[in-house]
Amino acid sequence: MTALTAVDVTVALDRVVVVQAVNAAVGSGGWLALIGPNGAGKSTLIRAMAGLVPYAGTIRLDMSSGSTPGSVGSPGSVGSVGSPGSAGASAGASVDARAMTARERARVLAYVPQEPVLPPDLTVAQYVLLGRTPHLGYLASPGRHDRERAAAAMDRLDVTRLARRRLARLSGGERQRAVLARALAGEPRVLLLDEPTSMLDVGHEQQVLELVDRLRTDTGLTVVSTLHNLTVAGQYADTLVLLDGGRVVAAGSPQAVLTKDLIESVYAARVNVVTGGDGRPVIAPRRG
Amino acid sequence: MRRHTALGAAAAFLAAAALAGAFAGAADLNPLATAAALLRLPSSLGPLDRAVLFQIRLPRVVLGALVGGLLALAGAGYQGVFRNPLVDSGMLGASAGAGLGATLAIVYLGASGTGAVPVAAFAGSLAGVAVAYATGAAAGRGAAAGGGTATLLLAGIAVGSFLIAVQTFVLQRSASDIQAVYSWLLGSLSAASWAQVTTIAPYAAVSSAVILLHGRHLDVLSVGDEEARALGLRPGLIRAVVVAASALAAASAVAVSGLIGFVGIVIPHVARRLAGPSYSGVLPLSLLLGAGFLVLADTVARTVLSPAELPIGVVTALVGAPAFVWVLRGTGDVGT
Repeated sequence: MTALTAVDVTVALDRVVVVQAVNAAVGSGGWLALIGPNGAGKSTLIRAMAGLVPYAGTIRLDMSSGSTPGSVGSPGSVGSVGSPGSAGASAGASVDARAMTARERARVLAYVPQEPVLPPDLTVAQYVLLGRTPHLGYLASPGRHDRERAAAAMDRLDVTRLARRRLARLSGGERQRAVLARALAGEPRVLLLDEPTSMLDVGHEQQVLELVDRLRTDTGLTVVSTLHNLTVAGQYADTLVLLDGGRVVAAGSPQAVLTKDLIESVYAARVNVVTGGDGRPVIAPRRG
Repeated sequence: MRRHTALGAAAAFLAAAALAGAFAGAADLNPLATAAALLRLPSSLGPLDRAVLFQIRLPRVVLGALVGGLLALAGAGYQGVFRNPLVDSGMLGASAGAGLGATLAIVYLGASGTGAVPVAAFAGSLAGVAVAYATGAAAGRGAAAGGGTATLLLAGIAVGSFLIAVQTFVLQRSASDIQAVYSWLLGSLSAASWAQVTTIAPYAAVSSAVILLHGRHLDVLSVGDEEARALGLRPGLIRAVVVAASALAAASAVAVSGLIGFVGIVIPHVARRLAGPSYSGVLPLSLLLGAGFLVLADTVARTVLSPAELPIGVVTALVGAPAFVWVLRGTGDVGT
């Protein structure tokens, strides 16, 4: 069952088309990586999925019953469109994201931008609790259940011991884990990550991606991420979509997309592609 | 300090300030007898002292508490909306609009000392904010994400400067009114009465309730518009609601007190130091601390040179500025 489907998605920013007729889909519990050179439209596409920029085309979300990611929904009942009022309640259906309110959508999708804003004086616990916002009515305040979900998210991301620390006092890796904990506190089905590791060294990059991968396999969370490191993208994602100039150039398994010819032509780069121990491609830049 | 401890301490501070305001003044009231009379217990206060207490001191204390609480709460609301610690309750043309409104009433209606001045100041303050907000929103449309709040603030500065220029022009042509306008601008609670209290009470109640209910939303806004939207909130709507409520709060305060600076910018910072950065704590704490602080400042203003009165704005700055520097001391960078 697909968790998120983008059909013919086109985005224009300031009247310039930056994403053009993109089709992409990611299965429930899968990991879709958007790759491509700078300016290819990766971040814009992921922001369209999060409902943050207007788009043409359709983005559909699986809303099958079951409140937690990974629970088995009734398969096959794709195609019915929920009305705004019923979008959250309709079971076993994929729903046009446009028919959902911002809050309904936020309960399904958690979005982590490339450079999240971390209010320096907020504690980790306060910050993670903000992730419960989509579940709170306009005038409601977080209750015991919300605090429990936030605490569970902190546990999972191993930041419980940092709960009372101010965000300004966190290291790069700790910041990224706090941000992920905030995203998970909302109990989303789909995690949208824009360059989750661009600020991290290779060790912390691996730790964060392993963590996300474990969340995916443990809880059935679906992940859509942009990733600039092609080898890393091939190691973690099961589906890659290669964008160039806003269009899909190639899509499929890492082996199918990460070929020497495609990378050299799209990135104007010189690379060698070898097969790693896990059978996935390793991209090595080459001089001369 | 934890939030509940801080709120309890602030409530005690307000009670102590109110009590001091009730028995200190030109007519010396016995503190114990005053406290007994306030609690409706048998008291040794004579009829004259009772009249001083209930018709002069008490309305002034209550009005001071309302004005201080409203100014601090409006300042905290604006600081949350604009994610900027340098914003205060007079921003967005609020003070300039009130000043122009009062000036026009004094110069053209000959209304100095009448009820028309507060009405004109109230209307001018709200109109100033409305014009600044509309201008800023129009200019910010189509601006890059995140440019919205900066555009609003800049529009507020432009509108404020324009209104002050108009006010100065009007005043230059009517030098005889300068004294009356100037004394209004400096701020004072000397005309306090129960009528003033009941006039602003409904506005105070509505605006405070609306601001206090948005603490959690202001916390979410602190992660930026884009992430707030991704969390399902509508930042533009929240900004409009909190700005409107803060403008109403500040306008109500300014209408009965004139321009009292300092409270709206400084008290929220003290609240933040005590209760942490979450607006669920900062907002109620600002209300209580602002109320207590202004009652105390007004008590100083009318007793220190008794029977003459100091302008309260002078006291808030003279007492408040060094206290604020002390609060900031060694605390590093100021964030919102």
